[in-house]
Amino acid sequence: MRVMIGMSGGVDSSVAAALLHEQGHDVVGVTMRLWGGESDTGCCSVSDVDDARRVAQQIGIEHVVFNFSDEFDEHVVQPYVEAHQQGITPNPCIECNRHLKFERLAERADELGFDAVATGHHARIGSHESGRLRLERGADLAKDQSYVLHMVTAEGLAHTSFPIGHMTKGEVRAHAARLGLRTAGKPDSQDVCFISRADGRETFLGNRIPLRTARVVDREGTQVGEVPSVEMVTLGQRRGLGVPGGGPVRYVIGVDASSDQPTVIVGDADDLLVRSQIVHSMTWVDETFEGDALAQTSAHGDPRPCHVTSIGDRQVQIDWGLRSTRIAPGQSVVLYDSTNTWVIGGGIAQHSPL
Amino acid sequence: MGVDVTSTYLDHAATTSMHPEVVDAMRPWQETHFANPSGSHRAARVTRQAVDEAREVIAASLGVNAGDVVFTGGGTESDNYAISGSVRSRGGIAVCSSIEHHAVLDPVLHHGGVTVSVTRDGQVDIDTLRQVLDGVISSGQHIAVVSVMAVNNEVGSINDIAAVAAVVREVAPEAWLHTDAVQAACWVELSQIARHVDLLSLSAHKFGGPKGVGLTVVSNGATPEPLLLGGGQERGRRSGTIDVAGAVGAATALEKTTSERDVMSQRVLSLRNELLDALVQIEGVVETVSREHTVPGIAHICLSDLDSEALLFMLDEADVYASAASACASGAMESSHVLSAIGLSAELRRGALRLSLGHSTSSRDIDRAITEITRCISLLRERRAARKQRV
Repeated sequence: MRVMIGMSGGVDSSVAAALLHEQGHDVVGVTMRLWGGESDTGCCSVSDVDDARRVAQQIGIEHVVFNFSDEFDEHVVQPYVEAHQQGITPNPCIECNRHLKFERLAERADELGFDAVATGHHARIGSHESGRLRLERGADLAKDQSYVLHMVTAEGLAHTSFPIGHMTKGEVRAHAARLGLRTAGKPDSQDVCFISRADGRETFLGNRIPLRTARVVDREGTQVGEVPSVEMVTLGQRRGLGVPGGGPVRYVIGVDASSDQPTVIVGDADDLLVRSQIVHSMTWVDETFEGDALAQTSAHGDPRPCHVTSIGDRQVQIDWGLRSTRIAPGQSVVLYDSTNTWVIGGGIAQHSPL
Repeated sequence: MGVDVTSTYLDHAATTSMHPEVVDAMRPWQETHFANPSGSHRAARVTRQAVDEAREVIAASLGVNAGDVVFTGGGTESDNYAISGSVRSRGGIAVCSSIEHHAVLDPVLHHGGVTVSVTRDGQVDIDTLRQVLDGVISSGQHIAVVSVMAVNNEVGSINDIAAVAAVVREVAPEAWLHTDAVQAACWVELSQIARHVDLLSLSAHKFGGPKGVGLTVVSNGATPEPLLLGGGQERGRRSGTIDVAGAVGAATALEKTTSERDVMSQRVLSLRNELLDALVQIEGVVETVSREHTVPGIAHICLSDLDSEALLFMLDEADVYASAASACASGAMESSHVLSAIGLSAELRRGALRLSLGHSTSSRDIDRAITEITRCISLLRERRAARKQRV
């Protein structure tokens, strides 16, 4: 098989490339240049490209760099900024997978005559009894990345490979060390790759959009505090709200960034609980689904039991049964089967009324 | 894998192959005569003589005084020395064309300089240059140096340096005039350029010499501030032990280039035209700038429906080595400021392909390039159409 492997310069994709090569595939390593600006988060920097290239040399495969920075800006960075402007909490890694790795890179690979795109994600491709492909959690549950891959469809999975999905992180590092790869001990990347640690999210946003002061009010509308930038506030947040100490813990239960006078509404923990949640922009790995499932609402969050009902075009309502913590609008909600093994599909949490 | 007879190397503007006689000429100065030419013993005098002779050979090729030739560590250093050195020496700002190589453009902008727009064919418009110079001077700013490249490195367009010089001398007589002649060396009689300017940059590996050796011609009393301070070599203009083998290599290569230039240019011109004539037959292929305004060594085309990266990958697999814009530090293709400056649409800029020919290019290379480029373009289009139908 001719495989194009996305190599970020990290240990996972390094080992994924090595495994494919060991298995006898015709492998070409590709590093995508996504972010043109400054970065100190260990992603997209020249040193990462150096690592990827050196690993490819050590393995004995070709390595090229593709510049997708325009697409990254259009599909990831700009929507990220716009979401914050609207008081929404986006997930840029998911949009990057959706638009860059499994669309732009897949398209490029196809165009260049490759059979598949591989990545170093911790996830597995399995199959249903019917033979249809399905996306499964990685063997290392602590590192599982199926959540951020939920948009890959069964058709897409047919041209996708996750070579390290069956391994634990420890096994991946051990394999890299055995091969003497320079990335063996490289720390995992964690933050949003295009935001520098030194400057942070607020500076990044402030350079692109005006940050607006917001009143912090309680449910009755009485002002209890103030925040310097409404764009930085997330549902469920309880710190940095300018609320005098001593009283009960206040949580953000609503953000109104749309008006000229942005407002953050705070309440107690109970106010964050809801019975149901609407999820839009759903994609399904295979078939559409209604019924009992598990919903995961953050990259490493615990899946919660729910009941899924279709309520329109690519929209579902998920009912929690008992009341459950509201999901910040903009966050991805990924549905897994009741055994918590494979991904059914996923979408984006909508604003839910108080 | 190296560049062998089965592959088609069309990236001579990035680096051209070293002439065998250059390699031979350099070897003794690494092996046998290794002394530091600044030394005071006989071994040093031998290497010093080699440097002095190399300098004279180069000066003769350029029609300048030997004392005007400064050896540097490459084209980028030569350009930086000319721009930053002039600004630091005299104050004021630098003015350059908008299609300069980054080795000129970046120092110009770093020092708060101004750029001059170019025509659709990638040439400095003399009237525009005059207006910009007038504007800068009437705003009360002092111009330290004006820099206009002799030949553009991406599209191959030629500037009329004599005409540029006439305007600069008239409107900004105080300014030094620099030209980046790195891409001109193989194709244009350099003495015809050197006589009009105060500062001129060359890079040896672009004309059959070694990498890491540059030349700056500093004439007419120009005194840019040195970038490197130290042992005071090169009359204090460039400290650092002189690369003797590099100097000999540069001199051998430039002498050969100068003596063979006319014949080589004619031969390569007809190959280049044959290549362009064939490529423009392919649907959607656009000749980026009019070929009568370019050097023989560069064929630049654009396609509105394909990505350079994809096409270059396919060509690479077929052992045809070409390029798009300049590659950045990571190896990714950067969007070209040159193609933006000549007013090319974003679609065409994405599909840029530079095929650059050199002294070793054969007619077989051109035949293979035509066959492979044609095949790769149609294969990419077929696959794209098939994908569209599937998705």
